Amino acid sequence: MEPVIDLRAAVSLLGRFPALAGVDLHVDPREIVVLHGPNGAGKTTLLRLCAGLASLAGGTGRVLGCDLRADRRAVRARVGLLGHQSGLYEELTVADNVDFWARAAGAYAEDAAAAMERLGLAGRLRDVAVARLSAGQKRRTSLACLVAQRPELWLLDEPHAGLDADGRDLLDDLLRSAAAAGATVVLASHEHDRTAGLSSRIVTLVGGVVADDTAAPALDRLVPAPPTSGVDDVA
Amino acid sequence: MWRDARLIAGKDLLLERRSRVSLGQVAPFALLTLVLFGVALDPDRGVLDDATPGLFWIAVLFSSILAVQRSWGVEAADGARDHLRLSALSPGGIFLGKLGALVVQLLVLEAGLLVGVAVLYGASLTGWALLVATIVPATAGIAAVSSLYGVLAVGLRARETLLPLLALPVLAPVLIGATRSFEAALAGTPNEGWPWAGLLALFALAYIVAGVAAYGPLLEDT
Repeated sequence: MEPVIDLRAAVSLLGRFPALAGVDLHVDPREIVVLHGPNGAGKTTLLRLCAGLASLAGGTGRVLGCDLRADRRAVRARVGLLGHQSGLYEELTVADNVDFWARAAGAYAEDAAAAMERLGLAGRLRDVAVARLSAGQKRRTSLACLVAQRPELWLLDEPHAGLDADGRDLLDDLLRSAAAAGATVVLASHEHDRTAGLSSRIVTLVGGVVADDTAAPALDRLVPAPPTSGVDDVA
Repeated sequence: MWRDARLIAGKDLLLERRSRVSLGQVAPFALLTLVLFGVALDPDRGVLDDATPGLFWIAVLFSSILAVQRSWGVEAADGARDHLRLSALSPGGIFLGKLGALVVQLLVLEAGLLVGVAVLYGASLTGWALLVATIVPATAGIAAVSSLYGVLAVGLRARETLLPLLALPVLAPVLIGATRSFEAALAGTPNEGWPWAGLLALFALAYIVAGVAAYGPLLEDT
């Protein structure tokens, strides 16, 4: 089975600074991998590299079978990235935003509606401008955009930030469902307790290199066997 | 590409409908520019009459810079630009969509400015065929150049000041051509204006083609 992410001695530069200084990472389909590490360890850059947004300055890298050095644009339409910024248009409503990003990814209005329903945004928040939402509600809206796009690889940077307890539980369910449906998830987080129960592997980055790569302790935390219907069940 | 262009243009026009920035800020700025020129030149009515076509297009150029800064500002504000790069949308489609939305907004603005020069400067609007044949390609050219430099400037810290410095010199030929064509239309000598309208169309076409071709690398590297 071809790995979803295969990085070997990967180097990525922020200006002249090597944010990634030789990362080796191998992620198989349906895995939920958590990236730990102190601030500045390179977690965000690693996610952006896997999304095809940051360039590969050294080493080799393939994501979803696409060579990051030769054509990193090819991978972009197949990944979903939830970063520190929401990616939302403040003056547009929740429904406008989810609908636009769903269509931009080639999905349909039905996918957007199902994603909003799943994230609890289909009620009174649907027609509220994003500028008037709380941080947690914005996070839910960004997640709804991601769900509507039905990516093969989910890349999430501190996804629990700003969410209330219900939102965090919902996010965890969402990630488990995505992996069960055939997607692969890589998330960066400082919340060790929360993500320990979610992931199949924990990768620790320090100074732009992988310092530790261990399987999650409990086997029952691994995702269940995949259904045959692809990733459509997520939304 | 056309589907992507429609999607982007629809989103940008929806943003304008919801925020009313062009209507509430850019259009008043353009009218204020006309008023200030009028106040400055009013003592010599002849100068104002002669300068009306040029003042109209200068107001359009200044306003277009504001509209483009707004158009790309919303993409830079909360990381939407990265998501555009991640989307399945073609860069050429994004360019055409941004261009299309900008053209619609500028055409509405220019309609208001035409009324402005008629009321404030007492200009008699004649030669409508030439006026329209000038406005459409000139607006497309202004929007194409502005959109091209808009994406170039959006990734830079000093984009607010850099965009006019980059775009306005390139738009000088549009200012000259559109002004000459308008002068001919308003003077009742349209035959003198049609060659200028043709040049404006060529200019717009060249920059639209260049924009479609170059937008991918520009979106990537800025």
